[in-house]
Amino acid sequence: MTTRLRVLDDGAWISVDDDRKVRVSELWRLDASDLCDCALTDLVVENFQAVGVDGSTVEARVYGQCIACGEDGTTGWIPVGRVHGGSFAEIDRDAVRRPTDCSDG
Amino acid sequence: MPTDVENWKSEVYGNEVRDRLFEFAEAGFDSIPDDERDAWFERFKWWGLYHQRNGQEGYFMLRIGTPNGVLEPGQLRVVGEIADEYARGPGTNPIFGGAYADFTTRQSIQLHWIELSDVPAIFEKLEANGLSTQQACGDSWRNIVGNPVAGKDGQEVVDAWPVIRELNETFKGNDDHANLPRKWKVSVTGSADGSGQGDINDLAFEPAYKAVGGGEGGVDNDGSEDAVGFNVRVGGGLSRNEPRLARDIDVWVPPEKVPAVAGGLSALFRDNGDREDRYNARIKFLVDEWGPEAVRETLQDEYVDFELETAGRDVREEYTYNTGSGERNDLIGVHDQKDGRNFVGLNVLVGRMGAGDVLELADLADEYGSGEVRLSQRQNVIVTDVPDDALDAFRDEPLLEHYSPSPSPFMRGSVACTGTEFCSLSIVETKNRQVRFARWLKANVDLPGGVDEFHIHLSGCTASCAQPQIADVSLRGMKTRKDGDPVEALDVGLGGGLGDEPGFARWVTQRVPADEVPGAIANLIEGFAAERDEDESFRAFVARHDDEELDALVEPKETDYEDPMLHNTKRTWYPYAENDAMEDAPPAPADD
Repeated sequence: MTTRLRVLDDGAWISVDDDRKVRVSELWRLDASDLCDCALTDLVVENFQAVGVDGSTVEARVYGQCIACGEDGTTGWIPVGRVHGGSFAEIDRDAVRRPTDCSDG
Repeated sequence: MPTDVENWKSEVYGNEVRDRLFEFAEAGFDSIPDDERDAWFERFKWWGLYHQRNGQEGYFMLRIGTPNGVLEPGQLRVVGEIADEYARGPGTNPIFGGAYADFTTRQSIQLHWIELSDVPAIFEKLEANGLSTQQACGDSWRNIVGNPVAGKDGQEVVDAWPVIRELNETFKGNDDHANLPRKWKVSVTGSADGSGQGDINDLAFEPAYKAVGGGEGGVDNDGSEDAVGFNVRVGGGLSRNEPRLARDIDVWVPPEKVPAVAGGLSALFRDNGDREDRYNARIKFLVDEWGPEAVRETLQDEYVDFELETAGRDVREEYTYNTGSGERNDLIGVHDQKDGRNFVGLNVLVGRMGAGDVLELADLADEYGSGEVRLSQRQNVIVTDVPDDALDAFRDEPLLEHYSPSPSPFMRGSVACTGTEFCSLSIVETKNRQVRFARWLKANVDLPGGVDEFHIHLSGCTASCAQPQIADVSLRGMKTRKDGDPVEALDVGLGGGLGDEPGFARWVTQRVPADEVPGAIANLIEGFAAERDEDESFRAFVARHDDEELDALVEPKETDYEDPMLHNTKRTWYPYAENDAMEDAPPAPADD
C-alpha cells in the first residue's frame, strides 16, 4: 500500500494520505541532533522542509531553533511517526527522538 | 523534480478552478474526494479560500482583494453584510465576538469560518458589487498595494490609482500570469511619503522624475521639466527568516508603460523562478542569484519590446511612512486631500472590526464623506472626502471612540497577524494578545516627551504577515520553557523601519515568555527615556547601541499583566473555546 506524504501550506503541515497529521509549533527533544551541541536539543518546530520515509518510519527535515542554546537551522531527518497497516500514528510529542541518517523521500 | 503543488497546478489551476469549486459547494464539503483534498485546498487558494487549521475542518478563511485598499461607496457595507451573515462559526472570540472582518497588512480583507456551501452566494454578492476574491491567495498576482489615498493625497507626485486599476484589470484572471512559481506581490506608489512600502514587495514602482525630452512633472535645477513616472525595484520580502529589501534594477518607466514592464517581470519570474523548491521560489532568491543587473538585462532582451530608460530621480529622501521620523509615520488622523477635502485615518486595533461596526462605519462614510473607505498597510481604515465643515461632527461620532483618529501611541502602533486562532503556520496566539499588550502599555507606560508614535508588530511565525521586521519593536512567535513547562514566547527585535535608508529590526532578545513581554517593553522604554539624546527617535537610539546593550534594556519581567494563552494554543481546536481540547473540535459543517 502506498502512503502519500506531503509538506503543505508553506511548511505548516505534514500531510499523510491527504490528512493533516503533524503540525508545527511543538517542542521536540532530539538526542544527538546535528543542529547544535546540546546533549538534548529542545527544538521549536517552526517549519517542515521535507518529508520522507524509511521503512515504516515517516521522517521530516525541520527548520527550527533549539531553545536551550538558541542555535537555529534545518535538522537532518527526524522520525515523526510510523505507518502500520495503512494508518499513521504520530510519535509521542514528549518522546526523545533520535535523528536518522538518511531518507529517500 | 516539480513539487506536488506544481503538479496539481499543472492539472487544474486559475480560472478553471472556479467551476469545480462551485460543484463541490453544491454537492457539499464531503464531496471532495479524500485523496484529492490536499490538491483542491491548494487550488482553492487562487480563489481566495484558505482551509483553516486542524480542529476547524471544513471552515475556510476567505480573502477579498481590494486593489490599493480602495473600497468604493457601498462596498464596505457589502463586506459587513457578508461578515455578519456568513463569517460565524462554532468559536466565538472573547474580544471581537462572533463575526468580524480583518483588515490586513496588504490592504485586503479576511473573513473566517466560511463554509464551502456558502461560497457561491458570497461570490455572487461580492462580484455584483465590484469585489472579488480572485488571486487573493495562491501562486499569482496578489492584491496590489500602494498609498491607499492615491489620487487624493496632497503629497502625491503622480496618481498611481489609474495605474493600479489597469494592472489589476490586466493581470487578474490573465491565464498567461495565473500560474507563477510562487506568490507575486506588487506595490505601486505615487506619493512621496513611501506609504506603498515598495521595499518589502516582489515588485515595486516608486515615484521618480526623469528628463525624457519634456512632459509633466517636477522641475530640475536647470529649469528643465521632467516627466513623472516610476523607478522599479525587484525582489523584496520578509518571509522565512530571509528578509530582503527590493533591489534597484535601474529602470524608470512612465505610467503608460508600467503594465508592459510589470508583465515582463512577472513573465520573467514565471519562466525562471524555482518550481522545484517552494522555499526557494520567491523572486528575491532569483535576484540574489542573478543580481539586479542581470534581471534588467533579461527584462530588456527577452520581455519588453522597447528601450528601457535608466532610473530617474527618486523622492526617497522625503519618505516618512514607517520610518519613525515623527512626521507622517502612518495615515491616522486628519489629512489634506488635493481637492480641499480631507481624509481621516481611523485606528483599528490589530486590524479587526466587528461586523456591526463595519456596517456602522459604512453608514458614517456615507454621511460624512463620499461613502468611500480605504485600507492602509497598517491595518487601519481611512474615510475619504470629508469636508472641513463635517470634521467636528464626524469626530464626535461614538464609533470613533473605538476607532480613533487620535489614539494612544500603543493602540496606534499595534499590528498583528492572524495567529493560532486560525493559522496553520503560526506558533503563538497573536491578535487578542496584542490587544492585551496595547491596553496594558497604554495604562502603565509613558513614552518620552515628543514621542507620540511607537510601532509594535506581532507576527506568529517567520512568515512575517505582521511585517515585524519594520517596526520599532518586533515580536515574533517562539516557544520556551518556564518553570520547566512549555509556554508561548516571543523573540524581540528592535529598530526596524522603512524610508530612504530602510533597515530590518535586529533580533536582540530571544524567547521571552509571553507574559513577561509587556514588562520587557516597559523596561526598554524606561531605558530609552533615560538614555535618549535630546529628541532622538527610538530608531536612531537603537541604531547607536549594539545588540548586547539593547538586550540589557529589554529586561523581561512579570507584572500584573496576565496572559491567558501561555499554553500551547495550537493543541486546541480554538484557543478561546470553553472546551478547547482537540478532541472536542466540532465536526465539519453539515451540508445544507
